[in-house]
Amino acid sequence: MGFLDTLFGRTKPVQPKLDDLFALPSAAITLEAATGFTPTGSGSVCFRAVEGKTFSDIQAEVRELLNMDAGKPGGALPVEVTKDSYGYTWLVSSHLSDEMDALVTDLHAVNSALVDNGFGPQLLCTLVAFRDEQERRLALVYLYKRGTFYPFAPTSGQRRDNALELQVKGAVQEDLKIEQDLTKWFPVWGAPGL
Amino acid sequence: MARTRYAPDRGLTVRMTATMFLLGLVFVAFVALIIGILVAVHASAAAIVFFALIFGGGTAFVSLFYSDKIALAAAGAQEVSPQEEPELHGMVDRLCALADMDKPRVAIAPADMPNAFATGRNSKHSVLVVTEGLRRRLEPDELEGVLAHELSHVAHKDVQVMTYASLLAIVAGLLVRLLSRYRELAADRSGAQLTGQPSKLISALTKVSNGMAQIPTQDLRAAEPLNAFYFAPAMKLNGPASLSTIFSTHPSLEKRIEQLEKIQRELGQAGPPQ
Repeated sequence: MGFLDTLFGRTKPVQPKLDDLFALPSAAITLEAATGFTPTGSGSVCFRAVEGKTFSDIQAEVRELLNMDAGKPGGALPVEVTKDSYGYTWLVSSHLSDEMDALVTDLHAVNSALVDNGFGPQLLCTLVAFRDEQERRLALVYLYKRGTFYPFAPTSGQRRDNALELQVKGAVQEDLKIEQDLTKWFPVWGAPGL
Repeated sequence: MARTRYAPDRGLTVRMTATMFLLGLVFVAFVALIIGILVAVHASAAAIVFFALIFGGGTAFVSLFYSDKIALAAAGAQEVSPQEEPELHGMVDRLCALADMDKPRVAIAPADMPNAFATGRNSKHSVLVVTEGLRRRLEPDELEGVLAHELSHVAHKDVQVMTYASLLAIVAGLLVRLLSRYRELAADRSGAQLTGQPSKLISALTKVSNGMAQIPTQDLRAAEPLNAFYFAPAMKLNGPASLSTIFSTHPSLEKRIEQLEKIQRELGQAGPPQ
């Protein structure tokens, strides 16, 4: 914020950065080669719903758009919409494990629908889920406002495997813009689709 | 440029500009007044104002730099870790990620009064405090609204802006306290002369002051703004005696007794005082 904005108490809503999301498919390949984690095929977009009909109309529209090819052979499962305990809405899109491109396209469709309608500042994060052979859970979380990724590896309860997260960071930092400020790696416990 | 639905409130900005302009006028008038006193009257008259300005400025500076620690101590709030309060931290985490700002420290005050505040001179040193009463009364979504409001205060650097804006008020406050101490002495004096028994007032003051020291701290803080009208201040200030004198509304007990004893001697003299 500039000096005048501070002086007059005007916070400008932060617009999301969307383009870096498309680095995910190549990062997934690198991640699998380095650590053995494979995509589960599910990913989600998390945003703070705005009150009022306009927003719920857009949300319904996006859902319809994503469900268009659901049920067809080779198509994705229907989009799942959940609201978490913090009041944030998650749109979960499920594809097959090797359809990373299609998944990212789906996620991007949600983003652009919100941004085009002026609700870009409501986007919080997007999350793509991975598993390894020991069924360990991992997510790459994309922070829209910073345009950066960070790994999130929940274990049992509200604990996270920091060692694994740092290992994943090292593996994918050539492909993805990793969030360097570790204090911004906030946990998303019980995120849908993880 | 992405489309935005969040139009700025121009009226609000205009009103704020007008207020800041008026505040600026007061500052200019104040400085002109000091220069005027210096030139026209006497240097010693300006010295009082100058000293008030130095101490007022010092107070403002200290409160700006230690606002987070002062506020935490005043509210009896305890900083909490994400492990202790995962929901509260999760809420703040998400809001900070939405707003792309640094996360402040989070603290909880045990008070039952529903309230929340954020303080600290910049986002690195800021702390967000909510009371137990607020958390008990509000639904998570409502609490989130309150937290978003407090985070906006941090983003707008309101502690800094308000400290600069209230600099003169702090200076004026110190002068008012100085005046208040003189008025107390004057009331002691007139009171003692009215009854003709200064020693009774001395013993009353001693008794009441001892009693006051036992009042619990919560009550003391609540009583603070009204102290200027009290018989004996309900607030004990910490720190060195010289510093606490400047900030107190009442003269020290010693000073009051000293003056009353002087009146005692004067009343006991054979002839009227010279």
